[in-house]
Amino acid sequence: MGRLILRRLVFMVFVLWGVTLITFFLARVAPGDPARLIAGPHANAAALANIRRIYGLDKPLTTQYVRYMTDLAHGNLGQSFVTRRSVVTDLADYFPGTVELAVSALLVGSILGLLVGVASAMRRNSAVDVGGRFLAIAGLSMPAFWLAMLFQLLFYSRLGWFPFGGRLATGVVAPPHVTGLYTVDSLLAGQWSTFVDAVRHLVLPVATLSLAEIGLMARIVRTSMLEVLGEDYVRTARAKGLSGSRVLFRHSLRNALLPAVTVLGLEVGLLAGGVFLVETIFAWPGLGRYAYDAIRASDYNATMGVTLLIALVYVGMNLLVDLVYLFLDPRIRYT
Amino acid sequence: MIEATLPGARRRPRLASVRRFVGTSWLNLIGVTIVGLVVFVAIFGPWITPKSPTNIDLLQRLQPPSLHHLFGTDDFGRDIFSRVLAGARISLEVAAVILLSSVAVGTLLGIVSAMVGGLVDEIIMRTTDLFLAFPALILAAAIAATLGPSLTHTMLALSTVYWPWYARLARGQVLSLREREFVLAARVSGASTSRIVFRHLLRNVFPLLIIQASLDVGYAILFTSSLSFLGLGAQPPAPEWGAMMTDARAFLRDYWWYPTFPGLALAFTVLGFNLLGDGLRDWLDPRLRGSLGGV
Repeated sequence: MGRLILRRLVFMVFVLWGVTLITFFLARVAPGDPARLIAGPHANAAALANIRRIYGLDKPLTTQYVRYMTDLAHGNLGQSFVTRRSVVTDLADYFPGTVELAVSALLVGSILGLLVGVASAMRRNSAVDVGGRFLAIAGLSMPAFWLAMLFQLLFYSRLGWFPFGGRLATGVVAPPHVTGLYTVDSLLAGQWSTFVDAVRHLVLPVATLSLAEIGLMARIVRTSMLEVLGEDYVRTARAKGLSGSRVLFRHSLRNALLPAVTVLGLEVGLLAGGVFLVETIFAWPGLGRYAYDAIRASDYNATMGVTLLIALVYVGMNLLVDLVYLFLDPRIRYT
Repeated sequence: MIEATLPGARRRPRLASVRRFVGTSWLNLIGVTIVGLVVFVAIFGPWITPKSPTNIDLLQRLQPPSLHHLFGTDDFGRDIFSRVLAGARISLEVAAVILLSSVAVGTLLGIVSAMVGGLVDEIIMRTTDLFLAFPALILAAAIAATLGPSLTHTMLALSTVYWPWYARLARGQVLSLREREFVLAARVSGASTSRIVFRHLLRNVFPLLIIQASLDVGYAILFTSSLSFLGLGAQPPAPEWGAMMTDARAFLRDYWWYPTFPGLALAFTVLGFNLLGDGLRDWLDPRLRGSLGGV
């Protein structure tokens, strides 16, 4: 088991190195000129040359890459050309917003997806099953950006129930920083009205993001529940005269949940894409919006920093899922 | 020369098979109907659109749905219904190019990886690991942004994201097939490696790849529109659904029909392909679980 974990860790380092390689060279062949971006549209040739020299943009690509990797090893991701701040500071500012959004969507999506998947499997081929499967596929098919716009149209413009976007209403002061998650921090500070405002701002983006999560989870849980329900030990449990709920919770669900754990890794990937679109539409100050702005502005350092962080979270999450799986399933542990 | 094909590999679409497939589940029927409709519109769109999808008429701008303009008009007075119909062709063409190129590159590399083995196999597989370790939409957006916003670059970006899935699928299939009796028989009878690959392996790998591709059509369409929505794909005045929704954002509050209908067309199309792909997978190969989409 120790060797397996070690192998996964080595692979993780390899993947992250590969990500730096891909993003670095992609960013450097981008058509935008960062020197022009920094110096402004009216800068003369001498000023541009000076900026290229300061930022090392006049050096060969390989030299630039070695320099970038050396800085990276020291925890320095460079400076954003747009915000003129350190990328690490920017990421630290935007990360909690995305975590708050993504974790909420993951929780809502996983719980509802689990319920839909189990209900579908328990009543196979019934109207509940067909409805559940339709809901799952529909959830995965809905364009997140369209859904976000429809939600804004209905719940903000027409009904006025929820705010248009952002993390807090204008005039509401952010709670004292502890975790960076406004819902948690406002509760810790005892600011009840700030908590309610933060939750109201979360509702529409979370609803948009969790639909696809529900779809993915429901499909996997349904499939694995159907497999488990066909096993001999479930038949034996039924034959012994155990109640339906006992067969469901003690015998079926526990085993059917194993594949659902692996889905969590996939869900994070799905969320990363969703967050990118949803944060842009809901003006949510998070990594997705930061990445969008950085890519559009040819902001090399910011683009690389944010993609590296997303890849790190994604790969780390998948490693965690593998470890949990190892822990839960002894058959893998001892092979 | 001995040739063999696994059961189902030579199955040709017959009306009876289609009827049986549709009869299996309501969801299959809905999927087939939607896909049939979208394909019909994509092929015959230019003949059935009531107006030109790019014709500007500023006197008719932002008109609500009516008998004259079924889905209303946009801020340039263009007929949204005609633009939505024209968008079907763009989406299907783009999805076809993305999947054909990903299947071609992925299959080729997957087969090479399985047949050559050793260091080549290791390099190809670790490269696929690298691509799969990246959230698909972020990677595609980064590539599309690097190359510059256009539909062609979106296709290239999404092909880059999709090929590793097919490479792994093809490799896995070839690894199991190459030990089968019909391949061993071909080898014993003196067939060259290329003959074994082209005459025996490819035709057995393809059915599985086709099922997988059918599962991915919907997501390819969805990703293309997502990138266009972000301004990285189709550019105005192309009647691409995602691009239409970007234009519509500024008018969301007072002109509900503008973003609603292109989005509905997109959701409807992706849903149809996903239902069809899912149904096909269950029907043809119940062992094949899980989908690549959206990840």
